[in-house]
Amino acid sequence: MSAMTQIRETFRRDQVWSFLQPAQASVDVSKDILLYVEDLNVSFDGFKAINNLNLYINDGELRCLIGANGAGKTTLMDIITGKTEPDSGSVWFGQTHNLLEQDEAAIAHLGIGRKFQKPTVFEEHTVFTNLELSLKTNKAVLPTLFARLSTQQKARIQEVLDTIGLSEQQDQMAGSLSHGQKQWLEIGMLLASDSRLLLVDEPVAGMTAEETERTAELLTSLAGKHTVVVVEHDMAFVRSIARTVTVLHQGSVLAEGTMDEIQANPDVIEVYLGEDPEGEAA
Amino acid sequence: MRLSPSSWFKRSGEPGAVVAPFVGLLLLVTLFASVGNLLFTEGSVFHVSTYTITLLGKYLCYAMLALAVDVVWGYCGILSLGHAAFFALGGYGMGMYLMRQIGDRGVYGNPILPDFMVFLNWEQLPWYWFGFDHFGFALLMALLVPGLLAFVFGWLAFRSRVTGVYLSIMTQALTYALMLAFFRNEMGFGGNNGLTDFKDILGFDLQSDTTRVALFAITAFCLSLTLLASHAIMTSRFGKVIIALRDTESRSRFLGYRTERYKVWLFVYSAVVAALAGALYVPQIGIINPGEFAPLNSIEVVIWVAIGGRGTLVGAVLGALLVNYAKTRLTAIFPDAWLFALGALFVLVTLFLPKGLIGMAGQWRARRQSGQHQNQSVEGQS
Repeated sequence: MSAMTQIRETFRRDQVWSFLQPAQASVDVSKDILLYVEDLNVSFDGFKAINNLNLYINDGELRCLIGANGAGKTTLMDIITGKTEPDSGSVWFGQTHNLLEQDEAAIAHLGIGRKFQKPTVFEEHTVFTNLELSLKTNKAVLPTLFARLSTQQKARIQEVLDTIGLSEQQDQMAGSLSHGQKQWLEIGMLLASDSRLLLVDEPVAGMTAEETERTAELLTSLAGKHTVVVVEHDMAFVRSIARTVTVLHQGSVLAEGTMDEIQANPDVIEVYLGEDPEGEAA
Repeated sequence: MRLSPSSWFKRSGEPGAVVAPFVGLLLLVTLFASVGNLLFTEGSVFHVSTYTITLLGKYLCYAMLALAVDVVWGYCGILSLGHAAFFALGGYGMGMYLMRQIGDRGVYGNPILPDFMVFLNWEQLPWYWFGFDHFGFALLMALLVPGLLAFVFGWLAFRSRVTGVYLSIMTQALTYALMLAFFRNEMGFGGNNGLTDFKDILGFDLQSDTTRVALFAITAFCLSLTLLASHAIMTSRFGKVIIALRDTESRSRFLGYRTERYKVWLFVYSAVVAALAGALYVPQIGIINPGEFAPLNSIEVVIWVAIGGRGTLVGAVLGALLVNYAKTRLTAIFPDAWLFALGALFVLVTLFLPKGLIGMAGQWRARRQSGQHQNQSVEGQS
């Protein structure tokens, strides 16, 4: 009898066998949550970089992550993008994609783009080529060998160039750009790749006040169409863009809420903001 | 992959843009040398001796090997110190065919077994020698076996993300291990004497002038083809990804490129080019022995590429031609001084010409252009 039940279960007509399901199925956000991070733990040589961390990112929101050095912000990004393997816990993209089972390239294909803390662009390529390589295309070896730019793709690159304000520099080597321009180009590369989730690590480090302001505008305009997670130290910048802020401390979430709530939170004041408010200002 | 002629001439100021003119020049020189050997008799101004033809053919094989190293080192940053292994394996593949072609004309007159096997009292041909009496099969194996070795080696190394100096040491170990293996008589490749005493190829006498010229011309043709193919690959989006991952591999990975696969296929391509060079080298030189696997050979190739200018294709070819010409001349005058000269050359190039001879030409042109700009602006002001 149990064999019969098992067979019935196996051949249920309302389900598709897992190995027959397309691997690149669209991201299921029917619960309005794009990224689920649950009970995550990572330690490096006994140091707990991530400690029982839980984090949910809604689809289309702009979220800021703040926290002192060593709070686990960059490690968290490494785990989401597949660079680091956690000791335990789960990370799901939508409801159907388990990110811990996939490598960096597959995760990028799903639509998670990442901007590094230190601007990382292809210095030996022109700005245009940098964007060309970032486009959302088939990135297997043979299709890439015979790839040619279509008119739509060219138009898309121009569009991104306009958005990041580097149209005039498109034929320049990326290595000759200023620090701020490199940061912009890297954000542009995420845009060109049509990533659904943008993980942006310290986007305004080393930028002038004016550049910072334009970056803030850009990131706010991206939210909605994309989901943006920003890691930043610059509190003024966070205040200017943030709707929801998550404070990390020693590898776990300390508080979550609007900027005002965060600033009023006694725990946060104690461990982060309150350390030396005057020092921050100076 | 862009194959339209316009892309070959594009960006004329940059290194690598001279591929098409260079190939034209190469084919022209080949034509003149061939005609000079076959049509003009000795004593004529246009006469080219058969010795020179064979020497040129050898240089071109080395140039193709340098091209193979440049493709992985210059464009992808994989410093292979073992490319002579693929070259030698290709050579052995061709050598086995030529060995079977000797037939019963060997010293022992055995129609099946090569001389060294008779000498070792072997009764029959080892299984891996079967089929090598067919030229097509032998050529296929000469390219396939090195390609397969490169695939397995590259797959293991790049998947484990081995890079830099560790990878170089591993390639060095690979060629050294193969050298030791091929030195053993039991391997069935002629031990330290290698394969030699070749008589003919596809029925043509290897000693005749016509065959020599034909081999030289085929080598020049193959070099041109690989040069154009490499240029097409490197200007395609695949090539752009290769350069991108050389500079920041993690960034390429986070953009969705499986970088290890790109590296493996580039490495396989490079190995096949090296093997083709080896297969063309052996009938012209007339011998292949385990000495070709020597680690020093692979290091010498890297020096040719560095001198010519890495990441420029044409630079690697030029470097190989110039250094080998210098070697031929210098070893004739001071046989002992050559290695010192090579070492000194390498140090000087590394210190003063980081981009090699091609890079120097680029710098010189840039300086002349900026000089002209200054002159113009001065004239404009006055």
